[in-house]
Amino acid sequence: MSQLAELETTDLMPDDDRAALAPESSGIGEVSQTRLMIRRFRKSKLAVISGIILIIMYLGAIFAPFLSPNDPAQVDANYKFSKPSQLTFSGGPGICQVKQVIDPVTISSHYVTDCKNAIPLHFFGRGFEYKLFGLIPTDRHLVTVDKGKLLLFGADSQGRDIASRMVFGSRVSMTIGVLGVIIATILGSVIGTVSGYVRGPTDTIIQRVIEIIMSIPQLPLWATMAAVMPPNMSVTNRYFLMTIILSLVTWTGLARQVRGKVMSYANADYVNAAKSAGSSGSRIVLTHLVPNAASHIVAVSMLAVPTAILAETALSFLGIGMLDPAISWGVLLQDASKIDVLQQYPWVLIPALAVILCVTCFQLLGDGVRDAVDPYS
Amino acid sequence: MLVFIIRRLAYAILTVVAVSVIAFFIIELAPGSALTEEISRLRAQGAEVSGAQIQAMEQQYGINDPWIVKYWKWVSGLAHGHMGQSFLYHEPVSQLIGSRLALSVALSFGAIIVAWAIAIPVGVFSATHRYTIPDYIITVIQFVGVAIPEFLLALGVMVAAVKWFGLQVGGLFDTQYLNAPWSMARFGDMVSHLWMPLAVIAVGSTAWLTRVMRANLFDVLGQQYVQTARAKGVPERRVIWKHAVRNALHPLVMTFGTTLGALISGEAIVSIVFALPTTGQALVQTLISKDTYVAATLLTLLSVLLVIGNLISDIALAWIDPRVKVTD
Repeated sequence: MSQLAELETTDLMPDDDRAALAPESSGIGEVSQTRLMIRRFRKSKLAVISGIILIIMYLGAIFAPFLSPNDPAQVDANYKFSKPSQLTFSGGPGICQVKQVIDPVTISSHYVTDCKNAIPLHFFGRGFEYKLFGLIPTDRHLVTVDKGKLLLFGADSQGRDIASRMVFGSRVSMTIGVLGVIIATILGSVIGTVSGYVRGPTDTIIQRVIEIIMSIPQLPLWATMAAVMPPNMSVTNRYFLMTIILSLVTWTGLARQVRGKVMSYANADYVNAAKSAGSSGSRIVLTHLVPNAASHIVAVSMLAVPTAILAETALSFLGIGMLDPAISWGVLLQDASKIDVLQQYPWVLIPALAVILCVTCFQLLGDGVRDAVDPYS
Repeated sequence: MLVFIIRRLAYAILTVVAVSVIAFFIIELAPGSALTEEISRLRAQGAEVSGAQIQAMEQQYGINDPWIVKYWKWVSGLAHGHMGQSFLYHEPVSQLIGSRLALSVALSFGAIIVAWAIAIPVGVFSATHRYTIPDYIITVIQFVGVAIPEFLLALGVMVAAVKWFGLQVGGLFDTQYLNAPWSMARFGDMVSHLWMPLAVIAVGSTAWLTRVMRANLFDVLGQQYVQTARAKGVPERRVIWKHAVRNALHPLVMTFGTTLGALISGEAIVSIVFALPTTGQALVQTLISKDTYVAATLLTLLSVLLVIGNLISDIALAWIDPRVKVTD
């Protein structure tokens, strides 16, 4: 069955793959494991598309100041909960002017949008100053306006540009979960390998500890640990503590998976052969067990990323994760936590779309990687 | 079976004790205590709080005891039902928890029932009608259901309910029933406030369980005993429901604990968005206001819920699959 599938794919294979199947080689057996995985991964279109979207999103995070027309931290009382700017294309791309008009009779003020005298958009114009990659000082931005403010997604409770904050928020939101999972993966692999290879009382104790941690509901546990952080901490310290908090819960699931894999390999013939040839325990673990489990570990870790990203967003939304001077998607969504605000100014919920897109892409990417890595499970 | 249950029960109790130590330890790490908050609150009201008074209060609350002593005081009180007084809510903790716990249990277990009730038939349909248009539609809905975080869904549903359906959302009762005595109308009002959060909590798990059920049943349907049953001339409906579904349910029972954990987490955050008085909501409030001991109590209680859920799932699994008992 699987051989048939392989034969069918030879037509679609890139040339270098076909070279590997050239007559003088022994055929399918010559294709390396990694290449097989890449080939299987490429087959799942959804996973590939998700991967591309995520790359674009990360590029957006790197070039955040260039992409955002306004300084994300700039507070402006005149633009409190201001509507998204209306775009117009008559006479080149521009935004409609918004004027405050005071009714001469009732003396009540209201806003009038005037699209006749649109404010033109400039590409690569000058705006607030920043340092690209933290090194090159510049003030160029993708789009700017001369007058007024370009607010693609409107403004928040303090008149800050939601679109710019959303782009900047990806820097925290899209890295904190990944870093947390990386730490968790290291912890989980080490503990899981020890548990699965050493066995005996060590294994029992580790498994009991994991069971205990797993019997506390995840989100409340995260919330409790996050609430321990003093509120006057600097943004950077908070960021790093958050990654550690995220990893302290996530490692348990990973450790279980790694333990299972290591245990199933530990009885394999090649491990016994290595043992009888006089290999030390650490050598068996490092050269036989870990490399064999590596692809599986990567797949399981990738599937843990969406949960971690959501956890940061949820905690920040509750006001116990990242706090205001920091910009993350969860912090942005705090404005949306009051129903009356949400009803009047529905655009404060726009950052939620970024969260959903990012999480869905990670989920699909993780599914694709898992299917590519172990197709038989 | 009895030995099995007793052993599991003993494990569960040990787990709860360990969890209470962890919960208390984490919360003790926090700088400042409810007392410092209370003192600053009193000062803000203009009350004179002298150093001697602070010392007396510290003595009374045992602020400077080593944490193991504090833990013992707290946990022995907990075991006897004396949970002290909440600084935040200014009422005894046992009173605070009673109704909240009931609501949390109702929401989490209600959501699990909803999830199973929908996931099993839909999963069966999906697996028996693989690669048809309804199956594709179900698959897409599942992906969306898993991907949207509960609190965003809750926000979206609330806005939609208010904007397009003119429903009153948030809280447990309408204002007119807030302090009214219990009556059918009041109960009806509560139900009308609860179904929406319940649905939101259940969505993610329903989607996930449907996926699990579909995959399981599909595996089972490929097995030879199903083929044998069909070859014998057993009607298809009977083959699916009696022969295949029963074996496909097994992994669903195994994941009961995971599902319940997700639902308890979901319950906590959804009830904050909907402003429902549940344990999870109180936990976050007490955490923010540094109401230390109450927070530890609430975290432990939420874990007790999960431990009980796991216990039920273990016993149920041993009951439907005797092999589990043997290997244990």
